[in-house]
Amino acid sequence: MPMISNILFLIITVLAVGLFIWQIRKIRRNINLGRDKEIKGSTAKRLNKLILVAFGQQKMFKRPWPAILHGIVYIGFVVINIEVLEIVMDGIFGTHRALSFLGPVYSALMAVNEVLAFLVIIACVLFLIRRNVTKVPRLTRGPEMRAWNQLDANVILITEIVLMLALFAFNTADLKLAAISGEELAGSFPISNLLAKSIHTTHLAGLEAVRSVGWWFHILGIFAFLNYLPSSKHFHIIMAFPNVYYSNLEPKGKFTINESITHEIKAMLDPSYQVPPLPEGVEPQKFGAKDVEDLNWKQLMDAYTCTECGRCTDVCPANITGKLLSPRKIVMDTRDRMEEKGEHPAIFKPNYYKEQGEPRVKVTEEKTLLRGYVTPEELWACTTCNACVESCPVNIDQLSSIMEMRRYLVLEESAAPAALNAMFTNLENNGAPWAFSPSDRLNWADNLFVNTK
Amino acid sequence: MADLMARGEEPEILFWVGCAGAFDDRYKNVTRAFVRILEHVGVKYAVLGLEESCTGDPAKRAGNEFLFQMQAMTNIEVLNGYNIKKIVTACPHCFNTLKNEYPGLGGNYEVIHHSTFLQQLINDGKVRVAGGEAFKGKRITFHDSCYLGRANGIYEAPREVLAALDADLVEMKRSRANGLCCGAGGAQMWKEPEPGKKDINIERTEEALATGASVIAVGCPFCMTMLSDGVKNKNQEEQVKVFDIAELIASAENLNA
Ligand code: SF4
Ligand code: SF4
Repeated sequence: MPMISNILFLIITVLAVGLFIWQIRKIRRNINLGRDKEIKGSTAKRLNKLILVAFGQQKMFKRPWPAILHGIVYIGFVVINIEVLEIVMDGIFGTHRALSFLGPVYSALMAVNEVLAFLVIIACVLFLIRRNVTKVPRLTRGPEMRAWNQLDANVILITEIVLMLALFAFNTADLKLAAISGEELAGSFPISNLLAKSIHTTHLAGLEAVRSVGWWFHILGIFAFLNYLPSSKHFHIIMAFPNVYYSNLEPKGKFTINESITHEIKAMLDPSYQVPPLPEGVEPQKFGAKDVEDLNWKQLMDAYTCTECGRCTDVCPANITGKLLSPRKIVMDTRDRMEEKGEHPAIFKPNYYKEQGEPRVKVTEEKTLLRGYVTPEELWACTTCNACVESCPVNIDQLSSIMEMRRYLVLEESAAPAALNAMFTNLENNGAPWAFSPSDRLNWADNLFVNTK
Repeated sequence: MADLMARGEEPEILFWVGCAGAFDDRYKNVTRAFVRILEHVGVKYAVLGLEESCTGDPAKRAGNEFLFQMQAMTNIEVLNGYNIKKIVTACPHCFNTLKNEYPGLGGNYEVIHHSTFLQQLINDGKVRVAGGEAFKGKRITFHDSCYLGRANGIYEAPREVLAALDADLVEMKRSRANGLCCGAGGAQMWKEPEPGKKDINIERTEEALATGASVIAVGCPFCMTMLSDGVKNKNQEEQVKVFDIAELIASAENLNA
């Protein structure tokens, strides 16, 4: 009854894709909670970044081993998608190996596919070992790495392995059936061939069942996976691309300038200065960020792109020396808060998954990003060194969010540490962060000829 | 600067001394060393002197955008008043702020860090580092400051300057883009560190000492303070010295009075 299975397949496909789009729209809406941010700078440079950092995985290669394994899974994913296309075509039109008309190209494609699928399994097993046996610290430790985050990573890896196994089961059974019926099978399957040779059954019904279970499992697994993505750190396989494209092109030391403050100061220095009126319907902004809607959309997009790899926290001088700050936590907190605020976009509710033990970072109950998730202590530990920004493989700008929250603390709450307030006072009164008299500024030149003295 | 102006002259460069360069006892030596080099090569330079004020970097990194912009606009007014085009500074924080953040507020200058400036002098043969005997074979390690390196991508200039000394340049475990902060950035210089296992400058000093170098070269007043404190903390101040690259060049050229 090919007709019924085709219709069933079509319905499932439409439902899966529809559900995925629905989830993406919710995430889009959450990201749009953020402030506007104008994207400036050359498109060519952006495309270049996209090619190097997102497609080329440039920043992964700071650590060669994970880079190679990740590269395998990534290329595997891209190539296997061609087969998924074929599966969808077969499913809808009731064909068998719809792309086989490609002849030698098809053979090569299938062969590469099988080798990659095999390597993907190996890579995923190694990744599982790194997480669960050797417990690489950056992947497993930190107050932000809760039970859910550990589970999520394992679910992804195991799913990938199972999907690859289903593919092999399908191919092997298909080969065996072709051999028994004496048919020519298009394509070349190095690994399934080996498997088929070592299986000696001629049980037709059994083989057919394996073939169709393998096929259905593979495609249903992929649909389920697709809809699992928006709840998972694995969402980075989609978000990495726009996120890298929109990433900062300016020198990392250049912090944003708050224009409304510029107008205020200009008006102070020059009473005739006219502050340009705000466009209709736009409310004057708070200074800095207290909650997710005070961050800009790119900072919120960052949060959905994070892969929780912990490279940022691993290089953070504050974190290395045992301070409370973890840039990864700031990013993950932003995402959690966004999901709480904009309702869960996802069908899963990772936030509600049980926490592990006592959190190390004590937050107050106040339900905003600042204080409800991120404490001032974390923020004040940052040296603004940009190591986190440099290390992030998907070009997240952790520092910019930290700075916005610091600005809120200082400008809206006057809640800077006392020592910093003293520094501000010196700066205001003496033009230097230390309590020196401005008239001593040239003392260094005392016993030296300086042609300006 | 005001005097030059009165004589109707314009300097080739404005040397931005910075608060640390003007007030910090240790860093005043660096200011002097750099000025001696400027005198030695005969560059026409000027300093703002009493008209210079903090760039506002510490306020900006601490989140006090208001105070930062006040400082910046006042400085820009002075700089533009003198029609300054080219600024050299020994402080990466001043460098970064003047170069990257002043343009947005109306201050557009060509800003050069002294490491790049020294590198050019060496390349042009203006500074010859006579014989270089003083440093021959000495182990030197360079500490990348965040606001020079990661923030502005300047990694090679200070190393090339050091290479001219004919010394044995060794790298720390974390260097260049992977360099570790000295712990002073982001206005940390003016406050106690948050509680933790260790202070950041100690961690970094340990890395520097692990190279076995007898000189830790820096290009930033804050790094200088942090690493000097770290070396003291480890009771190594007799064996290991912290110098700014300008001091090293000045002493190689026998310019130290
Ligand atoms: S910028 Fe701040 S959060 Fe990022 S690595 Fe440096 S100290 Fe850590
Ligand atoms: S912010 Fe970047 S470096 Fe940090 S955990 Fe997320 S993906 Fe990794």
